[in-house]
Amino acid sequence: MISDVVQEIWQALDEVKDPEIPVVSLVEMGIVRDVVIDKSQVIITITPTFSGCPALHAMKTDIVQRLNTLGYANVEIQTTFTPAWSSDWISESARAKLREFGLAPPPIHHGDLNVMLWEVATCPYCGSTKTSIRNSFGPTACRMIYYCNACNQPFEQFKPL
Amino acid sequence: MNPESKQALIDYLITMADDELILGHRNSEWCGHAPILEEDIAFANIALDEIGHAIVWYELAADLQGEEREAYANHMVYFRDVRDYRNTQLVELPKGDWAFTMLRQYLFDQFEMMRLEKLAQSSYAPFAEAATKIRTEEIYHLRHTQAWARRLGLGTEESHRRMQAALNDLWPYALALCEPSNRAELLTQGGYIPDSRALKTAWLEQVTAYLGEVGLAIPTDSSNLPLSRTHHTEHLGQLLSDLQQVARLDPMAKW
Ligand SMILES: [Zn+2]
Repeated sequence: MISDVVQEIWQALDEVKDPEIPVVSLVEMGIVRDVVIDKSQVIITITPTFSGCPALHAMKTDIVQRLNTLGYANVEIQTTFTPAWSSDWISESARAKLREFGLAPPPIHHGDLNVMLWEVATCPYCGSTKTSIRNSFGPTACRMIYYCNACNQPFEQFKPL
Repeated sequence: MNPESKQALIDYLITMADDELILGHRNSEWCGHAPILEEDIAFANIALDEIGHAIVWYELAADLQGEEREAYANHMVYFRDVRDYRNTQLVELPKGDWAFTMLRQYLFDQFEMMRLEKLAQSSYAPFAEAATKIRTEEIYHLRHTQAWARRLGLGTEESHRRMQAALNDLWPYALALCEPSNRAELLTQGGYIPDSRALKTAWLEQVTAYLGEVGLAIPTDSSNLPLSRTHHTEHLGQLLSDLQQVARLDPMAKW
């Protein structure tokens, strides 16, 4: 049955990690949007977290390689901005993994990116909210830098988007 | 979409892409040279975002022409000459001092933000979708440059003096951002892009109020020279020779 095949592909994609955050998968991050099988071709639709994300190429290569090993030779990857990626889509399991990785997950914003709310971030190391923003930009496009005044450590937060 | 509107929309997308590309390149020049480490990181990120946005606009222009996206974007970036670029002179000016860089970025970001809000309702769906996406990213740029404009405008005597000098120099160039592009009215009538005059009025109101709040005065005597997107300063040639040098050395190279 087609749906079993699609299911198998989703499972395989759940093993493809985010190149910049190797503890979470592209599926958990909400980057993989759709899997369609058209005759012998597999069409995967992904959406970038950031429109200029330099890891997009690596993601595409990784997806193709993973599906090739499953025996799918003809893989096409399409990118979409509809709907635009939201950090709210990051799954609960991924949020826990991000925290463990030392990266504070983005607060859920329900589509309302109210700037002031972002000032409060929870430290992934000690759980304190006595934190302050140090830089809206960080080592990758999707992260910003905070400082925890409770455990005196800098940490990164995934940007709400 | 009729052929005339289509061509006008392609031209419009290229003006947007060229602005983002050239400004992104200028911002990248701070990499390793910014006054503090945090800003080195910030401007490297802003450069990356702007160049990423340029690619999105080039790709939309490619789709409208039935061109292959990546090949088209590479061609537009690496194999056009100065006379083919359609960016405003605002973005090609050398990076100047920190005040100049910050204020230019603020003026651009504010315009970009207001334009994207309108473009999110474009009648050309791919344009509206890309604008919706990019707008969320630009929120971070604008927040950053607004904060720095405040810090420098209301900071020390020196930071204020440098900001006011930068504003005096930048102002006529910034106004050129709002100039309607080729057949813009046709695009506005079709609902593809916002009305240039209304956008200019809204932008002027916003930046005048904000800059006033941070102690900076819009120059009143600046010559309102019509800075066309088809004319460039000598600075663009120098920038492009830097940007294009490697690609042109070996056009067939695979990366
Ligand atoms: Zn802590």
